[in-house]
Amino acid sequence: MLTFTLKRLGLAVLVALTVSFISFILLFLAGDPAAALAGETASGEDIEAISRLYGFDRPMLVQYGDWLFSALRGDFGESYYFRLPVASLIFERLGVTMTLGVCGISFALLTAVPLGVAAAIRPNSLIDRVALFLSVAGQAMPSFWFGLILIVLFAITLGWLPPSGASSPMHFIMPTIVLGYYAMPAIMRLTRAGMLDVLSSDYIRTARAKGAPEGRVLFRHALRNAIIPVVSLAAVQMGFMLGGSIVVESIFALHGAGYLAWESIARNDLPTVQALILVFSMFYIVFTFLADVLNAWLDPRMRSS
Amino acid sequence: MKTSWLKSGIASVALVAATGAAWAEKANDTLRVAFTKELENVDSFFNSSREGVVLQRAIWDGLIYRDPVTNEYKGNLATSWEWIDDTTLELKLREGVTFHNGAPFSADDVVYTVNFVSKEENGVKTQRNVNWMESAEKVDDYTVRIHLKEKFPAAIEFLSGPVSMYPAEYYAEVGPSGMGLEPVGTGPYKVVSVVPGQHFVLEKNENYHDSPKGQPEISNVDIRTIPDVNTQMAELFSGSLDLIWQVPADQAEKLATMDQFTVMNESTMRVGYLNMDAAGRSGDTPVTDLRVRRAINHAINREELVNALLKGKSRVVSTPCFPSQFGCVEEAAKSYEYDPEKAKALLAEAGYPDGFTIDFYAYRDREYAEAIMSYLNAVGIDTDFKFLQYSALREQNMKGEVPLAFLTWGSFSINDASAMVSQFFKHGSLDDARDDQVLEYLNTADSSTDPDTRIENYAKAIERITDQAFWAPMFSYNTNYVFTNDVEYTPTADEVLRFTTMSWN
Repeated sequence: MLTFTLKRLGLAVLVALTVSFISFILLFLAGDPAAALAGETASGEDIEAISRLYGFDRPMLVQYGDWLFSALRGDFGESYYFRLPVASLIFERLGVTMTLGVCGISFALLTAVPLGVAAAIRPNSLIDRVALFLSVAGQAMPSFWFGLILIVLFAITLGWLPPSGASSPMHFIMPTIVLGYYAMPAIMRLTRAGMLDVLSSDYIRTARAKGAPEGRVLFRHALRNAIIPVVSLAAVQMGFMLGGSIVVESIFALHGAGYLAWESIARNDLPTVQALILVFSMFYIVFTFLADVLNAWLDPRMRSS
Repeated sequence: MKTSWLKSGIASVALVAATGAAWAEKANDTLRVAFTKELENVDSFFNSSREGVVLQRAIWDGLIYRDPVTNEYKGNLATSWEWIDDTTLELKLREGVTFHNGAPFSADDVVYTVNFVSKEENGVKTQRNVNWMESAEKVDDYTVRIHLKEKFPAAIEFLSGPVSMYPAEYYAEVGPSGMGLEPVGTGPYKVVSVVPGQHFVLEKNENYHDSPKGQPEISNVDIRTIPDVNTQMAELFSGSLDLIWQVPADQAEKLATMDQFTVMNESTMRVGYLNMDAAGRSGDTPVTDLRVRRAINHAINREELVNALLKGKSRVVSTPCFPSQFGCVEEAAKSYEYDPEKAKALLAEAGYPDGFTIDFYAYRDREYAEAIMSYLNAVGIDTDFKFLQYSALREQNMKGEVPLAFLTWGSFSINDASAMVSQFFKHGSLDDARDDQVLEYLNTADSSTDPDTRIENYAKAIERITDQAFWAPMFSYNTNYVFTNDVEYTPTADEVLRFTTMSWN
């Protein structure tokens, strides 16, 4: 188990490095960082001055090497755009993103798993149809549209919730629903499919035959097996929510890490983008790892392999 | 944005849904405003955003002030000024002014600010704003001399615009990053708090000096960054914002039909134009032929673009500068009326009876670029459309790889033709005309201190540029301001929100 973990961690670090190198090159290909930095009001001379000042006229590999060397010592540099240390900039915005991500995935799991189980117990029943409708709607609705509809309903017409911002827990209710609802359909469908599959297997018939109570059969025997792929999926969704909640963060003016990443890419703010990519890859690595551990706990067979 | 039509649809739903009356925070004397873009740094020398200019005018003062309505120059932190020679400006400073941190304002602050910002290695973002200054020198506590690198007639305009005065001791201690987080100036508003890029809270400076900006009336200004225009509108409807600006024309039209909001439109200095690679830097393309460039000028119906798309106070522009700018002589410009037949004839004369295909670049306002493209297509010019990010287009532009592009320029709100025409026609990296005659006229105009000589030479340059059709100037931009009826405000034509001129109804 330990060598397995170390190997996986080593691989993960290599993945993170490759991703950061590729993204560095892509950013350069996407446009002159000096021009992006100088902004739309800059003249050709301003752009050249900025290029000299920040060393964009040096070879790309030298610039990447420079960044990597500092990053390895824990120095992520200063944001070109904000002129503030990247580490504090990201740290400041991570709170919002993490809160949103945790709330979003909890909302998704708390609605999707019970619905999926209920739908699997009575396939083709009314509850199954409702669950199917909800998941199709969640898959089909663009987040920005759903978000604005919620704002119109709850903030303007009813006046119950604040339209945007992050200054109180109330501000997180609508973004949580929008973000969670986006992840819900996949989790629900996977739970339903897994449960259907498991419920028709031999050991469930045996459990029922020996007279185990139905609740125990469903949750202790069936769900425990059916939930394994859901855990892996939820881990990936969680990573996605922490890095990709750009639209939701933008509509609800939440200023989290996802929105920062999006904006930094548009501005060619290399140090910020590079650091964010590292942070996001770390999220994926950590969550996938946690999912493996959780699955090993759920399924003893996985522990030995 | 592909989704914009859908978004406007939602906005319409929001309009219908907005039944409750909006209420301003009049009771708390707090004006709540939205910014769309995250401001990079409040330190005005280290940002290049409109939002930055708005905060700059509220927090700091310049030595001189230009009245945005009459365009008259008045003393602000300086009370008088005179040219000692062509490159030395002596200013008498106002006495008894204090910075928000209590430090008194004197010649030392001017000397420190000018010497800091004029050094290229200190990295002021828009070098053009400051690189005409060599240094500053203290004569006595309330007299300074600013030395210029060379003759620069627009000096007074720049001193009344982007060049603000900073407190020497504080700035030396905290630098641009510290100034961005805890700004200190002499301006009508003090900064209470800054969350970088997200939230800015200002309060009235009770000890504001007797400035031509006027005394602030509203006690508090609370500015939040809300990237989505639809969310901004929702905040306005729910009564949690009092003022939004830069509202798109279609949304503004809908808002104007509602009783509880005032919608005002003002022009901006931004001019949209087609840039043509006359010098052939991108290869031997058809636009190196004068007849083709004139044909392109004739092919576009500018009136229709303004009336159907830009609306508001936008207007047709035929000069390579904004008409209100000093030296932007409209009579000198050759204007090309919309005449597709003439365009076709010119193309045939140039040897393209069946037209040709050319790469056409743009970086913003896709719908305008597409409309322009359809006019070009109508006279037989096929376009290979390339919509790039701003930085990518600028890079190709500087390398001379762009034969035809729809570009815009806002002149940084500097009311002088040198801020536009001289930026593009003096053989710099963005100059695709590279015309020696134009260069000569502009050099004379830019460096003369005699207003008549300047006007005469800018006029000559404009005449030559438009006669040779190096550009196809098109239209000026406008912007919409929307605020609740509790707010009293008259926007100015330079796209700067001035909190000092706002009050409650």
